[in-house]
Amino acid sequence: MTVSQIAALDGFEAAVMPQGDREVNGCYIGDLLSWVMGRAQADNVWITIMSNINILAVASLADTACIVLAEGVEADEQILDGARARGINIIRTQLPAYEAAVTLSGLI
Amino acid sequence: MSESLTFHYEVDGDNFTSAGQASVKVKKHLRELGLDAETIRRVSIAMYEGEINMVIHASGGFADVTVDDKCVTIVLTDRGPGIADVEQAMQEGFSTARDNIRSLGFGAGMGLPNMKRYTDSMEINSVVGEGTVITMKVNL
Repeated sequence: MTVSQIAALDGFEAAVMPQGDREVNGCYIGDLLSWVMGRAQADNVWITIMSNINILAVASLADTACIVLAEGVEADEQILDGARARGINIIRTQLPAYEAAVTLSGLI
Repeated sequence: MSESLTFHYEVDGDNFTSAGQASVKVKKHLRELGLDAETIRRVSIAMYEGEINMVIHASGGFADVTVDDKCVTIVLTDRGPGIADVEQAMQEGFSTARDNIRSLGFGAGMGLPNMKRYTDSMEINSVVGEGTVITMKVNL
């Protein structure tokens, strides 16, 4: 499944998608950034409610396929611009992290 | 690759939001050198954790990354307060970060353990009141 296919699901929406054709291989949920870097695998979907600028560095360095901002969390323009510049996909959803992951679980 | 390549970076201690710039640059350089994706991931995560530590605890510092045909070596040097008890600092969950750092999602006490987890060797030389030098190697 690709990142753009996730963004097309009911309840999900692309915020920034410079690399929509990236394949995903699993999912990791977390808000503590070091924890995410220690545990998330490359090409995972990363579901979080953390929306400060440092999520871009974490997603880039941990090489996750996309960030999913859960619970209706919004990223500001600085983050969206940074994501575009660095080729990082960001998807938003109103769903809580658990429900977002459940939606993805049968599809990935 | 027969000769080693060294990259030198200054880590800005005042700007928390731009922390990670050196790591992102290293990642780009390693990609250009054609290293495999997992090695690049390990080096850049270990270095980012170190960079964040230098910003949180030491008002910045320097990072030197050397690539030769055997390994990538990362040396992080700061003139911060030093680590009083390295063994304690290496425990997952131990942190001295302030609450404002925690609210950003850092300070979980995973930085040094992650650096060890993602590298093949890690050596910490720290003197309280003088600073810390951390040397990490990722084998190729």
